[in-house]
Amino acid sequence: MNDLAAFIRNSLQRSFAPLAGAVAFLAIWEVACRVFSIRPVLLPSPIAVFGEILASPLWFVEQTGYTLGITLAGFAAAVVFGVLFAIVIVEWKLLERLLFPLFVALNSVPKVALAPLFIIWFGVGDTPKIAIAFLIAVFAVVIDTALGLRSVPPDIVDLARTMRGSRLKVLLRVKLFCAMPHLFAGLKVAMSLALVGAIVGEFVSSQRGLGYVILSAQGMFDTTRVFAAIAILAIVGVALIEAVAVIERVVMPWHHSAERQGH
Amino acid sequence: MIHASQVTKQFGSDGKGVTALQEVSLAIGEGEFVSLLGPSGCGKSTFLRCLAGIETATSGNLLIDGQPISGPPDRLGMAFQRDALLDWYDVLDNVLLPADFGGKRKRDYEPRARELLAMAGLSAFVHSYPRALSGGMRQRVAMCRSLLLDPRLLLMDEPFGALDALTRDQLNVDLHHLTQQRNMTAVFVTHSISEAVFLSTRVVVFSPRPGRVVEDISIDLPRERRLAVRESKEFGHYARHIRGLFEKMGLIHE
Repeated sequence: MNDLAAFIRNSLQRSFAPLAGAVAFLAIWEVACRVFSIRPVLLPSPIAVFGEILASPLWFVEQTGYTLGITLAGFAAAVVFGVLFAIVIVEWKLLERLLFPLFVALNSVPKVALAPLFIIWFGVGDTPKIAIAFLIAVFAVVIDTALGLRSVPPDIVDLARTMRGSRLKVLLRVKLFCAMPHLFAGLKVAMSLALVGAIVGEFVSSQRGLGYVILSAQGMFDTTRVFAAIAILAIVGVALIEAVAVIERVVMPWHHSAERQGH
Repeated sequence: MIHASQVTKQFGSDGKGVTALQEVSLAIGEGEFVSLLGPSGCGKSTFLRCLAGIETATSGNLLIDGQPISGPPDRLGMAFQRDALLDWYDVLDNVLLPADFGGKRKRDYEPRARELLAMAGLSAFVHSYPRALSGGMRQRVAMCRSLLLDPRLLLMDEPFGALDALTRDQLNVDLHHLTQQRNMTAVFVTHSISEAVFLSTRVVVFSPRPGRVVEDISIDLPRERRLAVRESKEFGHYARHIRGLFEKMGLIHE
């Protein structure tokens, strides 16, 4: 329990500076809106944006939940497929030469250009949006996992050879662990990209979600509502990255905790 | 047990390549503790890696029990200059790694692992992560790991090279105890004269690149050794003799 209390106190201390930064930013924005009497249709003040959210909180929660669901589904698919694909191309050189250029070529196609195609294939439901989120996110997972799997120190490669471990053992006991710090760096990028993908998907066709909110509010020149959705997106983005960081600390206790304990 | 004749190792293609070992011939018998002593880059580590089966000789014969080496031999223990511990496993799991990799049940080897760790004075750190240990402790864990499966052949590549002098002395004593109790053949690579003489039954001195055997010296000191043996007349005689060899090779100037 003490650990938990210390953890919470620690996190509060660590988040003080970024919070202070955000508050200062909002204060300057608010003051600027008032002093220069900027029209809300161009730039609404933070208090007006906040009021917009408070006016229909449940509706915003629903839209946010939908976008969050699409993001996490796309992210999860990207993690599963991305890690497996990275393992395959690292373990079998032939497959790397066969598949990797194709994969890079596919990634070079703008995903937004594929979105209409996905609607033809998958209809207008959740599937095309998840597919876009997945496609945007997967590249970062593959690149970072492959880099990590190849980052085993030479001494440990030698050790594994002298112990005559099977390839599977080397993969499960050594390579995957070596890959983890890189993998988590990739997951943070992938998470924010999945959120971008979800919004792109909702832009193309949707009746729900924050992307839809932005697009429909823009059509009615309801700039305050556009800003409300953008503000929620920013907060969701930060929260998702932080969630990955928390999982990282839990999954790799050897990586962080030891540093704080000292010697 | 080990028979090397005319072993040559070349890195890179002919002409431009570097010759690391040149026609090294050496026989090592069962139960010997042999140090390969020489300056940095004299090919002694390369020779050890050939014995471990993770490097292949360019020419010459390298036999273990009469069989040419193709891949790491049976019942091999190896320790490296950087301890090569896995940061993500605790000390016990690191020591148990050879059992795990050998497809054996880890539980069967846990008592042996704990016994080795106790002998190395690490009982209190069984469940610590390597990152929390000092350099000397980490190297001791690596030593325990290499001894877990009671190797017949123990190969050590400058395992104490990165440690301070005091820790190094202690680990020399620990290694001596750990290897004395079991009947194993050990090949130890070092560039420290006193370490080589203290630990070994034989010291093989290598020349700078290309590595060649300069002299093969039997160390005739009591089998059970204490650090104080280093102050003895015999010990001084061996150390002086080897330093003389280094001076002749132009490695030490005064």
